[in-house]
Amino acid sequence: MAVGKEIRTQIKSIQNTQKITKAMEMVAASKMRKAQDRMAATKPYAEKIRNVIGHVAMSHPEYKHPFLLDREVSRVGFIIISTDRGLCGGLNINLFKQALIAMEAWHEKNIEIDLCLIGTKAQTFFKRLGNISASATHLGDTPRLDELIGTIKVMLDDYIEGKLDRIYLVENEFVNSMTQTPRVSQLVPVQPSGEDEIKHHWDYLYEPDSKEVLDGLMQRYIESLVYQAVVENVACEMSARMVAMKSATDNAGDLINELQLVYNKARQAAITQEISEIVAGAAAV
Amino acid sequence: MAMTMHVDIVSAEQEIYSGTVEEVYAPGEMGEIGIFPRHSQLVTRLRAGEVRVKPEGKSEMEHIFVSGGILEIQPHVVTILADTGMRADDLDEAKALEAKKHAEEALKDQRSDIDYAKAKAELIEAAAQLRMIEKIRKRRR
Repeated sequence: MAVGKEIRTQIKSIQNTQKITKAMEMVAASKMRKAQDRMAATKPYAEKIRNVIGHVAMSHPEYKHPFLLDREVSRVGFIIISTDRGLCGGLNINLFKQALIAMEAWHEKNIEIDLCLIGTKAQTFFKRLGNISASATHLGDTPRLDELIGTIKVMLDDYIEGKLDRIYLVENEFVNSMTQTPRVSQLVPVQPSGEDEIKHHWDYLYEPDSKEVLDGLMQRYIESLVYQAVVENVACEMSARMVAMKSATDNAGDLINELQLVYNKARQAAITQEISEIVAGAAAV
Repeated sequence: MAMTMHVDIVSAEQEIYSGTVEEVYAPGEMGEIGIFPRHSQLVTRLRAGEVRVKPEGKSEMEHIFVSGGILEIQPHVVTILADTGMRADDLDEAKALEAKKHAEEALKDQRSDIDYAKAKAELIEAAAQLRMIEKIRKRRR
């Protein structure tokens, strides 16, 4: 029947889209689970390293690592972690909004900002905001620490040389699979946590010496924090995508139902018309 | 029963080994270190090499490769913070340069100076669009 041919093709095409979004939802769900596992796997390292640093810093009050010293701010750095791909709802936009608010606050004080961008989305968004000192993209679903070392080193070197006085990390926090909140936190100087109040009466033996060991520790600590944030971001991306694709699938379902109704009505109207034509014809004979 | 200690070998990406052991040998930067329970507290850097541990009650050693890292010893706990890849200053430097180059390439088609207000306006617009879509969606239901 010729009636409603357009509607039928439209329904067909929406069905195809629905299939795709459904598949993407399921892929994202399974990837999210893996990303969450990876997130959990990165925790012990950071905890251990934090303990050791806390201890070393405690027993060596005379040597202060530059990462622990707060100094006057004349230039700040932002490490912004975004996703490489889109189709994940408002995840990146919300994050960039937070970043812009924080950046504007510094901008108003006439303090210059350096950016370090991780992920294609951040790169395309921030590239016209200037002063990008490093970036890394296409880390994939299983980011490796090696790929981040260079990017982080650029920022840390600038800090040590005195070009930067503060480094912030802008990241998504994985609350649960439905909620991800953007967060801006200070990375360097490291803010002491209140919990290491325990007094120590002993000290480590150091090989080669405490300064070198602490330097190595601090660098790895910052790296592990950034790495953790990147891994967390993957989990956020996947769960945001899962939610976005779920609502897209539902939406497609609604659309199909509506179109189906329209189509049925049109078909019914066509049949009625045909019958009345035949009846009218028969009556005329 | 022999005295034992707990050993954790972790890297930034995953936990590599965890268990109760009798002996640990690790490639310290200034020479190989043998660790028995009740060793005094020590922190050192590790070279790339093999860490050997002797699990409790077993006679053979287990061998684990680490590409460097940091070793922390407490009398009954040994922690090895392993690096995930080869680390060396010049290697790190090369990576840093690469990251900078990456950024420069991205900047090539950059427009003039910083315009936070404009970027913000664009974001607000995008957010408004999102809200709009949300509304339409609700109304349809």
